Amino acid sequence: MNASTARRGLHSGPDLAAALFVLGVGLLSLWQTVIIPTSPIYAQVGPKVVPYLVSACLVGLGIGLTTVAIRGGWSQDIEELQDAAPLNPRALGLLLAGLLANLVLIEPLGFTIAATAQFVLVAAAFGSRAFLRNLVIAFIVALSAYGLFVKGLGVNIGAGVVETLVFGDPG
Amino acid sequence: MGAIEGLTLGFSHALSLSNLGWALLGCFLGTAIGVLPGIGPALTIALLLPITFSVSATGAFILFCGIFYGAMYGGSTTSILLNTPGESGSIITALEGAKMARNGRAGPALATSAIGSFVAGTVGTIGIAFLGPIVVELALKLGPAEYFMLMVLCFVTVSAVLGGSALRGLTSLGFGLLLGLVGVDLQTGQPRLTFGVPELLDGVNVVLVAVALFAVGETLYLAWRYVEGPVEVRHVGSIMMSKSDWKRSFWPWIRGAGLGFPFGVMPAGGTEMPTMLSYFMERKLVRPEHEKEFGTTGAIEGVAGPEAANNAAAAGVLVPMLTLGLPTSATAAIMLSAFQSYGIQPGPLLFTTQADLVWTLIASLFIANVMLVVLNLPLVGLWARILKIPQPQLYAGILVFATIGTYGISNSVIDLVLLYGIGIIAMFMRRFDFPVAPVVIGMILGPMAEQAMRQALTISQGDWTVFVTRPISLVILLIAIAALAGPRLYAAWLRRMA
Repeated sequence: MNASTARRGLHSGPDLAAALFVLGVGLLSLWQTVIIPTSPIYAQVGPKVVPYLVSACLVGLGIGLTTVAIRGGWSQDIEELQDAAPLNPRALGLLLAGLLANLVLIEPLGFTIAATAQFVLVAAAFGSRAFLRNLVIAFIVALSAYGLFVKGLGVNIGAGVVETLVFGDPG
Repeated sequence: MGAIEGLTLGFSHALSLSNLGWALLGCFLGTAIGVLPGIGPALTIALLLPITFSVSATGAFILFCGIFYGAMYGGSTTSILLNTPGESGSIITALEGAKMARNGRAGPALATSAIGSFVAGTVGTIGIAFLGPIVVELALKLGPAEYFMLMVLCFVTVSAVLGGSALRGLTSLGFGLLLGLVGVDLQTGQPRLTFGVPELLDGVNVVLVAVALFAVGETLYLAWRYVEGPVEVRHVGSIMMSKSDWKRSFWPWIRGAGLGFPFGVMPAGGTEMPTMLSYFMERKLVRPEHEKEFGTTGAIEGVAGPEAANNAAAAGVLVPMLTLGLPTSATAAIMLSAFQSYGIQPGPLLFTTQADLVWTLIASLFIANVMLVVLNLPLVGLWARILKIPQPQLYAGILVFATIGTYGISNSVIDLVLLYGIGIIAMFMRRFDFPVAPVVIGMILGPMAEQAMRQALTISQGDWTVFVTRPISLVILLIAIAALAGPRLYAAWLRRMA
């Protein structure tokens, strides 16, 4: 018996969590399907049939994945995952902070400031320490992208303090 | 319309100045995003979908196909010079190509992959032109029941047959189908799976999902595994191939192209399988005196063959997309949604109702191939310089454009929450080896499959046996079952024998 078969029998925690997530999504969509109101319009096949099918499949797949996870999981058999570098909490944390900053800032302060904050945080996540330079690059990139999209293509991407100062009142 | 007639018509339109311009722009952009790690054709075309509101359909599709072909050329540059394949089709190219680069033969490796891509792209495009009308003839005989079964077959092959595990592939597909169901049901007007959020009544936007999966999820996963260290780009050197390089590349190009195209045409549109097969084939067929170069100094056959297979398979994917409306790769699925935003229904009727568009597109593919080989051989130094863009700023920039692409659709923070939420799911999908492409295919093809199924059942007055009593439908169903169960039965049989 080799090492990989010897490890079987122990369930894999992360894989189990992923499997239960799939099961959860399946159950969630099953609940959403049940509450679809019955159609007053006649149709040979109602709006519920396909959602039921898909939900049932996901629940079934979730159960299947859970079984695999309890029997030792699948991640340990994938070479690419075994060779991959471990979790880098600093990089991932900074990146998620960048996404959050964009999400929170874009409505009150506008695209340019939100995008600049996101850019600096993401660049820092990937190891760039030139904060000031990134700040300048980000500001220029964001503002010219804003100009291009809003003035050039007519796609509104969120005006704010800076945009009003530079390009005048949106409208 | 026959192939020759069609091509004559196509070239007469494709050679106009504006269409040539779109092709050149597409080739340039496609090569650039193919070279850059972290951006692929699916993401680029998704971000460009808004141009469908202001550009003519012909122009937009020439641009998209230029990007699609160009990304294949660019991807091999990255695999060879950086040893980091940008997409699954160029993993094999990196095997021998990066070894050639390490031994100072990056130039000939780049040249053989560019010329191989040209040979295969041309063979593949000829294949589209001649096979397309034949498939259309057959497809016109199909009714909704057969169509539904074809889509089921497509679902099975892209999710369960390719990739590591049927269980995980089908889960990805299910997730995509679920996303496709969100919104108001077109037939009855009932809101489905909206969780009471009014923003979801219109459904989840395709661009949003593509950006979430390919930009946000990918960047998050890169950060998860991030290890600090300098990135090494190999020198290109001279791109001249010696006489022996030409001789050693020629048959691998032809064999690779012949192998790749059928794989692309079948609704199993993967590039992994043909590139891998081509690699093993060349390794077997190589002349004994070059055999030791495989895996050591890098054998040129191992770059020429798989690279040709990769491009021919990519061209083949366009056959089911244009003739049947069946996308078998993520990029094809996004192009399909571009057709929909023009109100064009891809499928067999496309060749008759939109003959101008289809043939101009095919002619443009020939032109794009010529442009690409020119862009990629003398200008390869330029692309190598693109690789020197520092990664922190590159990824930061990608995410800024991801925001623009999503927030620009509706200016709603809900969309950004969805974008990042699906992005985080995509990151975990990478971590747990769930394939991403079936999500996009399920989301775009799912609603079409549902429509076909409901049409078929309306015609049959609700009788579900229609799918097994119509002979063609039954045959396709049996193929799908065989594709799903076959490999498992075979493995079980091997285990019993052992």
